[in-house]
Amino acid sequence: MTFYKLGDDIADTCAPDVPIEQRWDKRRFDAKLVNPANRRRHSVIIVGTGLAGGAAGATLAEQGYNVIQFCYQDSPRRAHSIAAQGGINAAKNYRNDGDSVYRLFYDTVKGGDFRARESNVYRLAQTSTQIIDQCVAQGVPFAREYSGLLDTRSFGGVQVARTFYARGQTGQQLLIGAYQALSRQIDAGNVEMHERTEMLDLIVVDGRARGIVARDLVTGQISTYLADAVVLATGGYGNVFYLSTNAKNSNTSAIWRAHRRGAYFGNPCYTQIHPTCIPRSGDYQSKLTLMSESLRNDGRIWVPKNAGDTRSPDQIPEAERDYYLERIYPGFGNLVPRDIASRAAKNQCDLGRGVGPGGLGVFLDFADAIRRLGEDKVREKYGNLFEMYDRITGEDPYKVPMRIYPAVHYTMGGLWVDYDLQSTIPGCFVVGEANFSDHGANRLGASALMQGLADGYFVLPPMLGNYIASNKFDKVTEAHPDVVETVNEATGRLTKLLSVNGERTADSFHRELGEIMWDECGMARSEDGLRKALGRLPELREEFWRSVKVPGNGNQVNQSLERANRVSDFLELGELMCVDALHREESCGGHFRVESQTPDGEARRDDDRFAYAAAWEFNGTGEQPTLHRENLTFDYVHLAQRNYA
Amino acid sequence: MKLTLRIWRQAGPAEPGRMVAYEVPDANPDMSFLELLDVLNERLTLEGDDPVTFDHDCREGICGACGVVINGQAHGPRERTTTCQLHMREFSDGDVIDVEPWRSVAFGVVKDLMVDRSGLDRIIRAGGYISVNTGSAPEAHATPVPKPIADTAFDNATCIGCGACVAACPNGAAMLFASAKVTHLNSLPQGAPERTERVLNIVEAMDAEGFGGCTNTGECTVACPKGIPMDSIATLNREYLRASLGRK
Repeated sequence: MTFYKLGDDIADTCAPDVPIEQRWDKRRFDAKLVNPANRRRHSVIIVGTGLAGGAAGATLAEQGYNVIQFCYQDSPRRAHSIAAQGGINAAKNYRNDGDSVYRLFYDTVKGGDFRARESNVYRLAQTSTQIIDQCVAQGVPFAREYSGLLDTRSFGGVQVARTFYARGQTGQQLLIGAYQALSRQIDAGNVEMHERTEMLDLIVVDGRARGIVARDLVTGQISTYLADAVVLATGGYGNVFYLSTNAKNSNTSAIWRAHRRGAYFGNPCYTQIHPTCIPRSGDYQSKLTLMSESLRNDGRIWVPKNAGDTRSPDQIPEAERDYYLERIYPGFGNLVPRDIASRAAKNQCDLGRGVGPGGLGVFLDFADAIRRLGEDKVREKYGNLFEMYDRITGEDPYKVPMRIYPAVHYTMGGLWVDYDLQSTIPGCFVVGEANFSDHGANRLGASALMQGLADGYFVLPPMLGNYIASNKFDKVTEAHPDVVETVNEATGRLTKLLSVNGERTADSFHRELGEIMWDECGMARSEDGLRKALGRLPELREEFWRSVKVPGNGNQVNQSLERANRVSDFLELGELMCVDALHREESCGGHFRVESQTPDGEARRDDDRFAYAAAWEFNGTGEQPTLHRENLTFDYVHLAQRNYA
Repeated sequence: MKLTLRIWRQAGPAEPGRMVAYEVPDANPDMSFLELLDVLNERLTLEGDDPVTFDHDCREGICGACGVVINGQAHGPRERTTTCQLHMREFSDGDVIDVEPWRSVAFGVVKDLMVDRSGLDRIIRAGGYISVNTGSAPEAHATPVPKPIADTAFDNATCIGCGACVAACPNGAAMLFASAKVTHLNSLPQGAPERTERVLNIVEAMDAEGFGGCTNTGECTVACPKGIPMDSIATLNREYLRASLGRK
């Protein structure tokens, strides 16, 4: 039984056909400009205030556009970009260690396992250096050396030190920089900021995105906001797994509703499982916490050689430990890319060598680093992470090795966009983690912050200007039938959620969905498992609408209603992810199909059949989606099996 | 663990509130405080009661969304720890725990444990930034920043804007919050051109929002989950004095 229909191929038509180094310059030169005096006549809606949204809002407002911006949190400073720990990549080559724009481009295409679009990745690498300049000028306090110059460190999958950082809180510092730039524009009256307001649907009029329907989470008021273009900067959908390192309220609703309105969804099955997270401790667990990849610079990962060894780690002599990453991948050691490190941890646990409750953990040991550098130096580098670990587990990582296990962390998939970051709905742009654009099948560490800020500060603004300059915008009012219909649908959905009054909470459905997704569409995926999931998920969705219980009403703060609404979208997304994972009969990056592996258990791509990005078209709830393939060409980084040994 | 939670329930900003006791017989020492509230809320929902409203998001102690007063202490008994990072192993079987929202003139209750902290955003909007339009930045290494200064800026920039300092202050002052931002930006060479206007505007906004005055009681630094020090308040006062005298 197939689960999808095959449609026409799709292609990016916006990247100019010139050598890759010149593409972005050429595109910007070809782009139409909006006269500065005319910009104030145009309004742009931005949903989300993370790195991509915050940067975009500040920049577009500085340029003179009227920006109307939204976040569901009580302040734009709380977006989940804030939790990124390790750092941000940039091809500054301050270390003189052989880095360059081309090497960052190469590493990112290879790290993404040859499933990203070369044009976009090259532009990302080009833009990276400007991001560091911008952030330093904003007062972002990056780590510095005693010379007063910026310090850098290494991250997984690369052999140069190009990662700029601010202790273990780089995301926080970059986000505060963007938030402050946005705050300045709010104060200047250039951004109309709506906090505690959540997008319910996208308004499409005459085939173009012209606004959103949103709910004030305090009063329950549902309103329409109209503009000339809509930018979605709403982050990833890792919470489809219920347990992930995402913030509790991170959700897919904005991009899923846009998908339902016609935006194709790119590579939904590409999810990143981060190797170093704190293992779960019980059924009440509400989320998982990441321990930064930067720890792998100094920490050594190991398991006992003998399966079922329950001795405490200090009782296990060196000869009976297996530093398996160093053994299998001597070239990169503990710093192999995330997908490889995660799978290796799972393999060790499957062999019965896992540690901690349920055998679902491996050790990340700092004893050598503490001997080599001294405890003070280790504290200076990783102090806040060690403290966080101690708070959560009650164990002191200066004395006993950390226990870590992989957890869902990031989604490379997202709405399909062209080189201009425009979705298949004209006027609907998608930036940051919400789009699918730059990381292929696996994202390298410290590249999410780079992409979010590149999109928001430097890529979106000229392309949005081009869209506005190239189109005429007839006035749309709230009385337009398409607007009225969208509002009615959004309102009707909430009314329905409130009226079911069944016997299960939204969270209990979410947990069950998460278990199915983790078991069948997590670190290892098989045809049997995915077919099983695709049998169960539609039933679960129907059960949800039959028996969910949402207390209270819609005219006040109602966090249960917010959650139920988000879960209803996750249920639909989960199905699409499984369809995508089932159709892609190869392993690549974070997508590991057990049927497609090398004799020693590494991922085996099938470039003849699958060197394309999958863009899915929505055909109705429970209907088979249509697959449109964007064929990927690799003119610069030649297709090769990844080798980190 | 068997615990009794006495929680502040308030239906809306204009409604009267009261403490309501709930038994939680199945608490686990490895749960976070918010997970305890999750467990309670699941039960209240199924029993047809209104679940307890509280702000939260990252649950990693960095977004600043969560925060309640636990047994009279903002963010509870463990130092340098947000509510989401507080675990039940800090408590004992049989404990009775009081849970209240931030209480301050400038923070109105929205519902139950959720308060309105938008005044903190307006303080930042008044001057908590460096005016540099996108694209206009010089090369990052054009201005070296001595490491001790960069470290001071960083330590102050770690403020998460949770509002615990305001909740802990007997005067409801936002001095620690404001001083962290002034110290972060005014220490750096990049922040120097706007140094004077920044501190004056921030102090003015703080007063306009109804935050109280600072009398150096230091409760704020004890409650601060990020350990912003009292020194920062001294820095703000020094910057403010310098700016006020300079402007005459």
